Amino acid sequence: MIITEQKSMDEIQEMISPHGKLFIVGCGTCSTSCQTGGEDEVKEMTERLGDRVAGWAMVEDPCDLRLDRRDLKEHREQIAESDAILVMACGAGVQTVGTYSGKIVLPALNTLFIGETERLGRFHDMCKACGDCILDETGGICPLTRCAKGLLNGPCGGQVKGKCEVGDYENECAWIQIYDRLKEQDRLDLFTKFRPPRDFSKKTLKIHHVF
Amino acid sequence: MVKMADKRPAYSQLVKDIRAGKFVLTGELEPEKVTGIEEILVSARAMKPYVVAANVTDNPLAYAYMNSLVPSWAVQEEVGLETVYQMTVRDRNRLALTSDVLAAAYLGIKNILAISGDHTVLGDNKGAASVYDVDSAQFVYLLHKMIDEGVDVAGNEIHGKVEINVGIAGNPNADPLMPEVLKIGRKTKLGADFIQTQTMFDIDKTKEFLKEVEKYKCPVLVGVFPLKSYGIADFFDRFIPGVSVPPELLANMKKAKEEPDKEKRSQLYDEVNLEFFRPFIKEIHKTTSAAGIHVMAVLYERIFEPLLEAF
Repeated sequence: MIITEQKSMDEIQEMISPHGKLFIVGCGTCSTSCQTGGEDEVKEMTERLGDRVAGWAMVEDPCDLRLDRRDLKEHREQIAESDAILVMACGAGVQTVGTYSGKIVLPALNTLFIGETERLGRFHDMCKACGDCILDETGGICPLTRCAKGLLNGPCGGQVKGKCEVGDYENECAWIQIYDRLKEQDRLDLFTKFRPPRDFSKKTLKIHHVF
Repeated sequence: MVKMADKRPAYSQLVKDIRAGKFVLTGELEPEKVTGIEEILVSARAMKPYVVAANVTDNPLAYAYMNSLVPSWAVQEEVGLETVYQMTVRDRNRLALTSDVLAAAYLGIKNILAISGDHTVLGDNKGAASVYDVDSAQFVYLLHKMIDEGVDVAGNEIHGKVEINVGIAGNPNADPLMPEVLKIGRKTKLGADFIQTQTMFDIDKTKEFLKEVEKYKCPVLVGVFPLKSYGIADFFDRFIPGVSVPPELLANMKKAKEEPDKEKRSQLYDEVNLEFFRPFIKEIHKTTSAAGIHVMAVLYERIFEPLLEAF
């Protein structure tokens, strides 16, 4: 799931201040689960912003252009009257609503990561969408995401008792977790394997995926 | 993977001495947020009689300091002391690493210590991006390609030779230790000529580490950090990842701090250090396979003579 957090109201107020009427779009999928852009949050935002809100709508998946077309169709007039759209979805949702509407789009949320949901309100950064997955080699633990340095051949000298120097030794050192997991699975040969430098051009050249 | 370390010639005096079986001593110089290097040169001159080479640190603890290449070159030129040019992969992508290694080759640098570097959030520009385009193992591989095969890491030909020996860091304080040991094994196979360790105060941990990495047949220089003042000792104890100063040593330093006379206080600090580190170094020298000692006595050069005269 795409994990998001809501920007502070001060930040949102500052962002919307140059604009007049606003239309608000919520997300029926990830941001609903995160409780950052679901129907409840959209209604709360609408109340807070009062008269300047021309209308609001929930889109099942604002990052899906087809669903923006479907779910925003009946709000076309309200959107046309608005100066900007405040989108309570991830960065992909904000941009797709922008593509659909051609309007000024304003992000009400910060997109954090592709994460694991442990329970509501407790999410863990799991995937950087690097485009070159090696989880088969690392015991199902992503070093690119979960190691603060993204090392492919760790650990570094900054781990103490399995905790990372980044974040006051509160976070787990991903490479110690990888070591423990591979040891448990009797696959330590994968730990000692050297992984050569990544080919970052793969990601850079592949911003569209068409098949 | 290619194993090159034992085939690579000894380009530096440091590696020549190690391979000749000498118990080698290296020092450490730390450029800071300055535009002059007179202080570095003074320190280098002071340690020159006692060490075969001096490391020049690269933005330690992610503090933005003068780059380490220029002082590495200047110390060799003006003082005649060989340097170990420390390079972190935190601040440079593979293009910048390649550029700096080429420039180092031109400037006559003979040793590079290839390290990860502390994360930027620990430093004095916390908002800076950490690069880590390659990690320290991949940097050793990049150096192997440049030195032993005459190409950059992408395989493009280099015009001219890169004649540099490669050092890596080891952390005997690592807990758990085995992942660290296996990581060192991974790196030595890629082409490391020597290992310099993190600061050690614990002789048993040092010996355990030396025993564990012996199978990789890569010479180890054990790091020691004589403590110039109680303030430094306390800082080290609290802020350096994985390092703790033994309580007794810390207490003796604290006691020395209470001496009001500056000269006497310095003398007391020296005594505390010599009492701790002389037997420490002696034991490593006599009872282990360590190739030498890396003395990180930054701005504490007066300790070199009494500490190292016996070695």
